[in-house]
Amino acid sequence: MRPEAQNRSHLGIRDLFNEALSGMLARPGRTVLTILGTVLGVAALVATLGLAKTAGNQIVTRFDALAATSVSVENRDEGYGDTAISVIPWDAEERLTRLNGVVAAGTLSPVSTQGALVRSVPINDPLGQSEFAIDVYATSPGLLDAVAGRLATGRYFDEGHSERHDPVAVLGPGAARRLNIGRVDQQPALFVGDTTLVVIGVIDDVAREASLLDAILIPDGTARELFDLQAPAEVHIRTELGAAQLIGSQAALALAPNQPERLTVRVPPEPGAVKSAVESDVNTLFLVLGGVSLLVGAIGIANVTLVSVLERIGEIGLRRAVGAARRHIAVQFLVESATMGFVGGIIGASAGVLVIVVVSAGREWTPVLDLAVPLLAPFAGAVIGLVAGLYPSWRASMLEPVEALREGG
Amino acid sequence: MTVVARAPVAPATAPIVELEKVSRIFGGSTPVEAVKEADLTVRSGEYVSIVGPSGSGKSTLLHVLGLLDRPTSGRYRFDGVDVGELSDGGRTALRGRGIGFVFQTFHLLAYRTVLENVTTGLIYNRTPRRERRRWATTALEQVGLGHRMDFTPRQLSGGESQRVAIARAVVARPNLLLCDEPTGNLDTKTTESILDLFDELRRGGLTLVVITHDHAVSHRAERRVEIIDGVLSERAS
Repeated sequence: MRPEAQNRSHLGIRDLFNEALSGMLARPGRTVLTILGTVLGVAALVATLGLAKTAGNQIVTRFDALAATSVSVENRDEGYGDTAISVIPWDAEERLTRLNGVVAAGTLSPVSTQGALVRSVPINDPLGQSEFAIDVYATSPGLLDAVAGRLATGRYFDEGHSERHDPVAVLGPGAARRLNIGRVDQQPALFVGDTTLVVIGVIDDVAREASLLDAILIPDGTARELFDLQAPAEVHIRTELGAAQLIGSQAALALAPNQPERLTVRVPPEPGAVKSAVESDVNTLFLVLGGVSLLVGAIGIANVTLVSVLERIGEIGLRRAVGAARRHIAVQFLVESATMGFVGGIIGASAGVLVIVVVSAGREWTPVLDLAVPLLAPFAGAVIGLVAGLYPSWRASMLEPVEALREGG
Repeated sequence: MTVVARAPVAPATAPIVELEKVSRIFGGSTPVEAVKEADLTVRSGEYVSIVGPSGSGKSTLLHVLGLLDRPTSGRYRFDGVDVGELSDGGRTALRGRGIGFVFQTFHLLAYRTVLENVTTGLIYNRTPRRERRRWATTALEQVGLGHRMDFTPRQLSGGESQRVAIARAVVARPNLLLCDEPTGNLDTKTTESILDLFDELRRGGLTLVVITHDHAVSHRAERRVEIIDGVLSERAS
């Protein structure tokens, strides 16, 4: 006989898995409890990753439609109070609409009325209030489109009104209600202090700049003539979807080629930036929790495998007696713990996906999950089981057969 | 199985076990010499019993013979191989293929069937899978348990359990069957039937070494070796 040569003891893969499986199934209750820790850990991780992604995606879709196409430009606050002179030119709208990707643009400037109150056609009603403090804004014709506004009735003023300094006004719905102006077909008038304005339109709603809803809007030219407006205060731009970043980088230069640095451009955050910011917020906390439960799961597996080793000393001794080498003992226990981790990973990933779907359904969200997460989770579980099984398996393999047979009797 | 008339052991048969001045000393502050310079030769086909009171070094001798333990000094040749030169893995392989063990406490896997328990004796020594079932069935029939193959050990009596253990020990067709108090947990009647089984295996050509403190058991063997305080001495049967 040449025992050292080809006749080393040997354990086939199929036999190895058969033995390991039988070992686990011998105590099904305990195996289930052992797996539970990994199940919880993996489920927590998968659910966390999925919910963060789902929530992030949700917030982003809400932003997209409106905010992601909105760019605004205003004068940089120089820190010298309001003495700085605006560098935004009167033809801002024209300059910006030339840029590729701009859907609409318009200037918006608060108009100082020196505290004058606003009233409509005088009705002598001693009980009712007839004079109101209402904000007046000067805008260029494109502003309504730039803030995605709709008219309820009448029309918005155009370039001609501005050039002729026509005393016309468009009312926000709030202002119209207070001034009791519902129709414009008879050209109702209102008075800002001593200045008379003809109302030519009433706004229904705007998607941005909600302050316009309670304001009186007049053409730039009119404001310059009647209220001594010096320069536009800010510009609002509506862009094509996805063009906001580009327009943001060009707007300042287009408006003030000589001193673009004096303008502040506000662009929506990059979609990716929003998404990752949300994800990282949600993730950090829950990933830590998931990691902790995984650790607990791993310790559980290690613990139970160790107990199992001590309990199965007799079996280990017998296997050594019938020719199992140390490595066969170690590998069997490793396969047992890795299998428990793997199964825990599968169940945990399923539970995690279920949690994502249930939570999403409850909130009417679209569940989003990287396919790789549930697919890799079982393998992560197996690795955890493997690592957890290292020490117990080593202990098992180091048992001397003589002692194992004696103690395991 | 075929029953062969007991043939007188010819001195020419090859030695399976050759101990030369083998000692096993357990360390510690006061070293204990469990086996003292033992010389023993067991030839192929022999049926040897080793008797001695408890604490006499019987189990240590069995562990050394079974390659479960290394002698502290001396030379041990098993089936012509000097065991002292083998690595742990080499001894394990030799043990798995060449030696069958029967223990007092059976050491059956409680959650496996009788058949699976017997095939355990084959999974580590390269027996082809399809052969195993056949070999195990043969071994179980040999010990008279062909009808209990799908039982679990819990459903078996003590005598039946020991028969399963014997089937497991002989299934790999070892050169040597080592039995450590095989009847220690059995009543007299069952003991008789197990000893009958040993006789039968012996007639089939198996080499048996039975360690016992029971003289009734040792009387069935053709050679009796006594161990007292670690010292071996041959006794006339």
